[in-house]
Amino acid sequence: MIVKREKLNFWERLYLPALAGGLKVTATHLVNTLFKRGAVTMEYPEQKWTVPEGYRGAPYLVKDQDGATKCVSCQLCEFVCPPKAIKITPPGLAGQTADRANAEKMPLEFEINMLRCIFCGFCQEVCPEEAIFLMKDYSLTGTNRAEMIYNKEKLLELGGVHHDQIKKWEHKLDEAKEQEMFPVKD
Amino acid sequence: MDWFNHLNPDLQFVLLSAVKVLAVLFLALLPMVAYSVLAERKISAWIQDRVGPNRVALPLLSGIPFLGSFLTRLGIWQPIADGVKSFLKEDFTPDHVRKIYFWLAPAITLIPAFLTVAVIPFGSTLGAQKMVIADLNVGILYSFGIVSLGVYGIVLAGYASNSKYPFLGGIRSSAQMISYEIAMGMSVVSVFMLVGDLNLSKVIEYQAGTTLGFIPNWLVFKQPVAFVIFLVAAFAETNRLPFDLPESETELVGGYNTEYSSMKFALFFMGEYANMIVSSAMMVTLFFGGWTLPFFGLDQRAESAQWLTGLAHIGIFVAKMLVLMVVFIWVRWMLPRFRYDQLMDLGWRRFIPLALANILATAVVLFLLNK
Amino acid sequence: MQDILFYIFAALTLFFGFLVVVNPFSRNPVTSAMFLVLTIASLAGLFVLLNAFFLAAVQILVYAGAVMVLFLFVIMLMDIKEEERRRFKKFGVAMGLTAVAGLFGIVAKTIAESGVGAGLKPAFEGDTKTLGTALFSSGQFLLPFEIVSILLLVAMVGVILLSKKDLK
Repeated sequence: MIVKREKLNFWERLYLPALAGGLKVTATHLVNTLFKRGAVTMEYPEQKWTVPEGYRGAPYLVKDQDGATKCVSCQLCEFVCPPKAIKITPPGLAGQTADRANAEKMPLEFEINMLRCIFCGFCQEVCPEEAIFLMKDYSLTGTNRAEMIYNKEKLLELGGVHHDQIKKWEHKLDEAKEQEMFPVKD
Repeated sequence: MDWFNHLNPDLQFVLLSAVKVLAVLFLALLPMVAYSVLAERKISAWIQDRVGPNRVALPLLSGIPFLGSFLTRLGIWQPIADGVKSFLKEDFTPDHVRKIYFWLAPAITLIPAFLTVAVIPFGSTLGAQKMVIADLNVGILYSFGIVSLGVYGIVLAGYASNSKYPFLGGIRSSAQMISYEIAMGMSVVSVFMLVGDLNLSKVIEYQAGTTLGFIPNWLVFKQPVAFVIFLVAAFAETNRLPFDLPESETELVGGYNTEYSSMKFALFFMGEYANMIVSSAMMVTLFFGGWTLPFFGLDQRAESAQWLTGLAHIGIFVAKMLVLMVVFIWVRWMLPRFRYDQLMDLGWRRFIPLALANILATAVVLFLLNK
Repeated sequence: MQDILFYIFAALTLFFGFLVVVNPFSRNPVTSAMFLVLTIASLAGLFVLLNAFFLAAVQILVYAGAVMVLFLFVIMLMDIKEEERRRFKKFGVAMGLTAVAGLFGIVAKTIAESGVGAGLKPAFEGDTKTLGTALFSSGQFLLPFEIVSILLLVAMVGVILLSKKDLK
């Protein structure tokens, strides 16, 4: 396609009106920033960005409404994690049992390397227990690499308590009672 | 002051000149360089809807309620932090450079800018002293000569760095500065045809008073074409946008200063701003009446007893200069960079003929008026 | 004071002039060019001592500020390694010395014949106004001035002709 160049008239060729126009635009911005609207930027440490719903920030572990660990150490998230950021140490045969009644076990250690994590959300997607969620944290800082590997304690603390809407195990318990079969401990 | 009057006149002159040089350099020029960097950053921020530097706080001064935090938000202490930073950074000399020129180049860039200030009358009189370091009768030629030496710094930096981007920057700057020096010099000729003297104090005297009672007799109104050419050429001579081709970051990494770091880089940086200050001072002197204002009799030299008037004159000069500095900074954030052939075209095929025509027109008008 | 300054500037001019051509430390053309700039600057100092301020300023402005920058420009664009490698040739040195001796002889003869006097007055003071009047008055230097101008114009046209690739 050939775009026809329009012939410039005298004022356009003189360039000075265009200069004046440019000066006007920049001056307007200056006056607006100083006296009217203020800067459009945020001053970060004091003001923080509120992230939208569905934002995929750092993945943390959550506790259920009773304050018990939801993770059952199934290692699905470790398996699915594309950058292999998650490392789970299972409790082993003689290990610790879960701190809630309706689960068999919980991880002995659960580490996420935040330097490797790509915030894809696969772990949240794959988790059968809804124990890991991508929260709204976007500013993860540390002074060395070791600091950036978050352990179970830290992840649980950061994740906090998650109030489930569905309460899967309560539901299962009720169903079992109806059929008088008890797949889980009471 | 008694001991001073007993000295012989030669020694008195030397001492007074030394005092003037030190005062202008350390009380005016260097702080202005530092704070014009801050002004650049602040104004660019405001034009781009940002806040600009507002973090550096001094321990005690920032504790003053309201004022302290206000000054911090204004970034008043930023230049101090910048200065300390540039001293503390590693001064790295690459292995492949030509050492002597590499060390000389930053100094050669900075010194001409400082030398030019000598002939600019920055005030009328303070006490019995004329407020100009050297009242040469070829003042403008002197300053042009010295300014033309400034290009050596950049060319040598490009040559000494011994790598391709600085070299291209150096080559570009030498061609650019020579081209625009011609246009600049020619634009000034018409001004001096009106004034009839090359002494800058005489130029200011010529601009005192008003026409029709309210328009100042400033040469910007009598020689608008010369002023426009001078202004644009000043942008080119100081390597400011839209003519910053010697250091164009997008094409040449950093141009002639690519290989420099730490204080040597800071010297180049200071040189650019010192040049801006000097050319604004020059424009104020040539086109905006220097230290004069056409009102309240402020266009006459202060008597030796009128200390306040003398100080006011210096204030007027500095204020006019600051306005022009803001224009320098303002334009930088508005115009994109010229292409190199456009730059040369503008210099050689637009401005030089225009300046020649302006000289001719001025000559004709003067001839008809004097007939 | 004037005398001391004269000797200082004269010595500097000669010293830098020597370093332009026979620098024992470096055969780098850029170094030579930079010393030529210094020579020109000290020459301007001599002009100032003669009260020729205009000439001094123009000397710096034109020679140091413009011509030498172009020299530098050209030197930097050429391959300068060649010059650094080249050796002195006996024949060249001999011819050069002969030429210098001849020139020196002419200058010495002129000085000896004119007789050095302390009270030589310049034709006019180096003030811009008197210089301008002298250059542009028809009785004085107008004709030589115009001839030089035309010479420069011819040179300029010649350069453009030479550098144009195809002439129609």
